[in-house]
Amino acid sequence: MVKGVNFIALRDEGDPVELASRYASEGADEITFLDIGAAPEHRATMLDVVRRTASEVFVPLTVGGGIRSPDDMKAALRAGADKVSVNTAAVKDPSLLEACSSRFGRQCVVLAIDARRVNAGPFDGSWEVVVVGGRERTGIDVVEWARRGVELGAGEILLTSMDRDGTQDGYDLDLISLITESVEVPVIASGGAGSPADFVAAVSAGADAVLAASLFHREQMTIADAKYALAAAGFPVRTAA
Amino acid sequence: MTSLVVVDHGAGNLVSISQGLAASGARVEISADPAVIANADGVVLPGVAATATVMGGIIAGGLAETLQSLQVPVLGICVGMQVLFDRSEEDGARCLGVIPGVVRRLEGTPRLPHIGWNDVDGSHPLLVGTDRTFYFVHSFAPVPEDADVIIGLTDYDDVFVSAVASRNFFGVQFHPERSGSAGLRLLANFVSLCAEVSFASYASDPPTRCDRRASGQGRQFHRFAG
Repeated sequence: MVKGVNFIALRDEGDPVELASRYASEGADEITFLDIGAAPEHRATMLDVVRRTASEVFVPLTVGGGIRSPDDMKAALRAGADKVSVNTAAVKDPSLLEACSSRFGRQCVVLAIDARRVNAGPFDGSWEVVVVGGRERTGIDVVEWARRGVELGAGEILLTSMDRDGTQDGYDLDLISLITESVEVPVIASGGAGSPADFVAAVSAGADAVLAASLFHREQMTIADAKYALAAAGFPVRTAA
Repeated sequence: MTSLVVVDHGAGNLVSISQGLAASGARVEISADPAVIANADGVVLPGVAATATVMGGIIAGGLAETLQSLQVPVLGICVGMQVLFDRSEEDGARCLGVIPGVVRRLEGTPRLPHIGWNDVDGSHPLLVGTDRTFYFVHSFAPVPEDADVIIGLTDYDDVFVSAVASRNFFGVQFHPERSGSAGLRLLANFVSLCAEVSFASYASDPPTRCDRRASGQGRQFHRFAG
């Protein structure tokens, strides 16, 4: 079993189709498109990007941003996505997860959770779900939401630490351990990757896959660097492109 | 030129499959028309969805009988492979029944759904030239009645059946259209298989061909059965 899967997100940096193609040839095991803006007018553009990517890139594609209904999900799958991630819309209406998983199977429903650590008050030391790209607090506990999301039909969790996102200070390992111990579905760790050692630490903490974006976009390190570090630490990785 | 049809039953990653097959030099058409499907040199049955959704699409489109009676090579992918069996534990869906057996939920595995790249142990011609590492995303896998149809096994703590071949029906639990160069090679192998069969039927003497049709038996693919 290949454990230390490497996983790349693209967030409007450069031509996404070209980037996806480059990452696939460099050994990315999955590509994720997250349209953080996700305004309705962006969605058509996003679907076009997915369609063009799917016709020339032969690795798994996850698409997220602005998915609000099973029909939105269907459109993304038809465009060539393998998995679709939902975030804010699922928090606002959790039945979306049920509706999507019963129609398309839970294996293609990804619950994206943005988490921020609570540093004061009665819930000090826990993590809270934040939505709308991290701008809105919800008062929902991340562990509760992860468990509930899986019960409702999520087949995978894309877990982003909003405290670490963009910092390159390393993944939030406590958060990763907590969530991977709380649910049975695969967990993709996101937010904070800054060096090959960070990927190893995240997988050691229990992550089933590790995601990074800016690190690769800015060519601070390559996918091969991450895989080499994982392999050296004893985690099986896919070496062929 | 080998002419392949990717069945459009409403759920499945048609774009990558079609592009992958076309890269091998096949002429590829995406269709839900039984007449078009029946005339192809080979048929690919995709599936990214719940089993009941895929079977629902097949039945609603009036495609079940067409698919069941195909004599040319058929490649089922993921749920498209699962529906070749008698039935699935997922939603209790009744399936096409062209390969005896049932589809069961994986058990004793570290995490479900099983998502990721894993090795396929097998030596079937479909796998030739690949590094045998493919991308999986599923919670169910087939349990064939006849072990002889198994051409690939995968170890995800629980060992499950990841590839099958029975008569002209082939199936893979993984996604070749998502498995990089290994997957493209598998699709190319399938195209070659269709081309050989297509050429053989064209070149074979008419009586034999008619006899086979008349007797209502599927062509045998002994070379590919093991």
